[in-house]
Amino acid sequence: MSTLEIVTFLVYLVASVTFVFALKFLASPRTARTGNLLGAAGMTLVVVWTLITTDGMLQHWWILLAAGGIGAVIGVLGARRVPMTAMPQMVAIFNGAGGGAAAVVAMSEFLLAVNGRPSSDLLPVVPMIATLAGAVIGSVSLTGSIIAFGKLQGNIPARPVTIPGQNLVATVVLGGLLVMAVLLAVVTNSVALFLAYVIVALVAGVLIVMPIGGADMPVVISLLNSYTGIAVGATGFVIGNYALLIAGTLVGASGAILTQLMCRAMNRSLMNVLFGAFGTGGGVTAAGPAGEQTVRETSAEDAAVLMAYGKKVIIVPGYGMAVAQAQGPVRELMDLLIAKGVDVEFAIHPVAGRMPGHMNVLLAEANVPYDRLKEMDEINSEFAEADVALVIGANDVTNPSARTDEGSPIYGMPILNVDQAQNVVVLKRSMASGFAGIANPLYSEPQTAMLFGDAKASVQALVAGVKEA
Amino acid sequence: MTESLDPRTLLDALFVLVLAAFVGYEVVSKVPTMLHTPLMSGANAVHGVIVVGAMLVAATADDPLRIILALLGVFLGTVNVVGGFVVTDRMLEMFRKRPGDR
Repeated sequence: MSTLEIVTFLVYLVASVTFVFALKFLASPRTARTGNLLGAAGMTLVVVWTLITTDGMLQHWWILLAAGGIGAVIGVLGARRVPMTAMPQMVAIFNGAGGGAAAVVAMSEFLLAVNGRPSSDLLPVVPMIATLAGAVIGSVSLTGSIIAFGKLQGNIPARPVTIPGQNLVATVVLGGLLVMAVLLAVVTNSVALFLAYVIVALVAGVLIVMPIGGADMPVVISLLNSYTGIAVGATGFVIGNYALLIAGTLVGASGAILTQLMCRAMNRSLMNVLFGAFGTGGGVTAAGPAGEQTVRETSAEDAAVLMAYGKKVIIVPGYGMAVAQAQGPVRELMDLLIAKGVDVEFAIHPVAGRMPGHMNVLLAEANVPYDRLKEMDEINSEFAEADVALVIGANDVTNPSARTDEGSPIYGMPILNVDQAQNVVVLKRSMASGFAGIANPLYSEPQTAMLFGDAKASVQALVAGVKEA
Repeated sequence: MTESLDPRTLLDALFVLVLAAFVGYEVVSKVPTMLHTPLMSGANAVHGVIVVGAMLVAATADDPLRIILALLGVFLGTVNVVGGFVVTDRMLEMFRKRPGDR
């Protein structure tokens, strides 16, 4: 082993330690930002070291400059420009890119290894299995992430989309992948078969994510994130690179746990999330058209008076607040109510918005103090004492049919007990159903009043109303 | 792939792989809900290390097909790693602000 190889190993070791600490620090609010910076520092170290010490790297500078330059610009612009509401889809796209890169590296290693060999002269089976794993998982992650992006962005219907013969097609595709993998590992190293294998894997990614509803996309993205980690780890195994092997495996394992945690927050099993729409033929359908409900409409002034003279108001933010960027006016409303002696708290459902933690981020941005944000378990018993529950663009997480209606697609999901408050004021754009595509009986309850309109405009009207009151 | 043919090398790699999986499992087993998204995003950035693999492909890319794959791999890997860290930092920036220090 040359000195250069030894130092390279040590550089990888240092970087791997920074990755472990990055993940560890990211799991605690106080250290999270440091953790991310530490991970970025370790990453910079590995990339720069590889750049300056690898034979042939500088001769191919134009590849690095062109592809790396464009990639970096897109990465920074995407990450900086994206509105806070679109963060989840951004993570999905970045993850898909990583999966695609892993598949490309695996494919390239395969092509290099078989170059000039007759396809009957088989490559050793263990590295070949790792190559196949990197290629298939990376490809699934790439197309799966693109579909997840499309569903969150609204380019693809968010509802579960199933095709006729869904189960049969899925079985054929997955079985086909398995057969091709076995053939490639022990029968022939045919390049054409390998390419077909990658193409079928790309199709499989689409088939896996299409039947999953938009509301479950955070879990799917987390799972695909874990997949990309595994693909990167497998690729690192193939090329004997410990930085890739360790970082990829770390993310594969931690991503799997995180996916579990997210499922638990929704009281769902991963199997239920992934295969909920399978076997039903047409997928999960709406429990009833929302437009038929009879609801009571209120004015901003009335709702403002109700809150200003109450003792306790619980604000329930949801995706509607995020879309309308209403967090600033919400904070103003909170300040005014507190000044009038009203106790104001925020009820944060674990999956409010479209990602866990979405609401916390937005409210923190508007400088709402942390201690006013209560998690679901903490606040659910307090709704009964609240004079007003103000629901701002949250729908499915307040839907009582999750408790009562066994036929509902969200049955069993823990919800915020908004319906127990004395008065419920719901800020909503229209009577359209929520992300899960089901009607919400909360809106026709006698204590519920609807205030229709854009969340930001409505909250501003409430602010004006409270000032008057 | 040629470097990893030796059984001893493969076994070493297998050891590292299994132990890394356990570390990954342990490190995130207790996380508050509000950090689920930033943690996922940070982990997403960490697997951006695949860009190093793509760079190694680029270093030996001499026929047109491998050049195309190298371009694609480096591009996708860079998007993953750069975008991943920047977007995570942006999410966490929101948490840092305290009331009163606007």
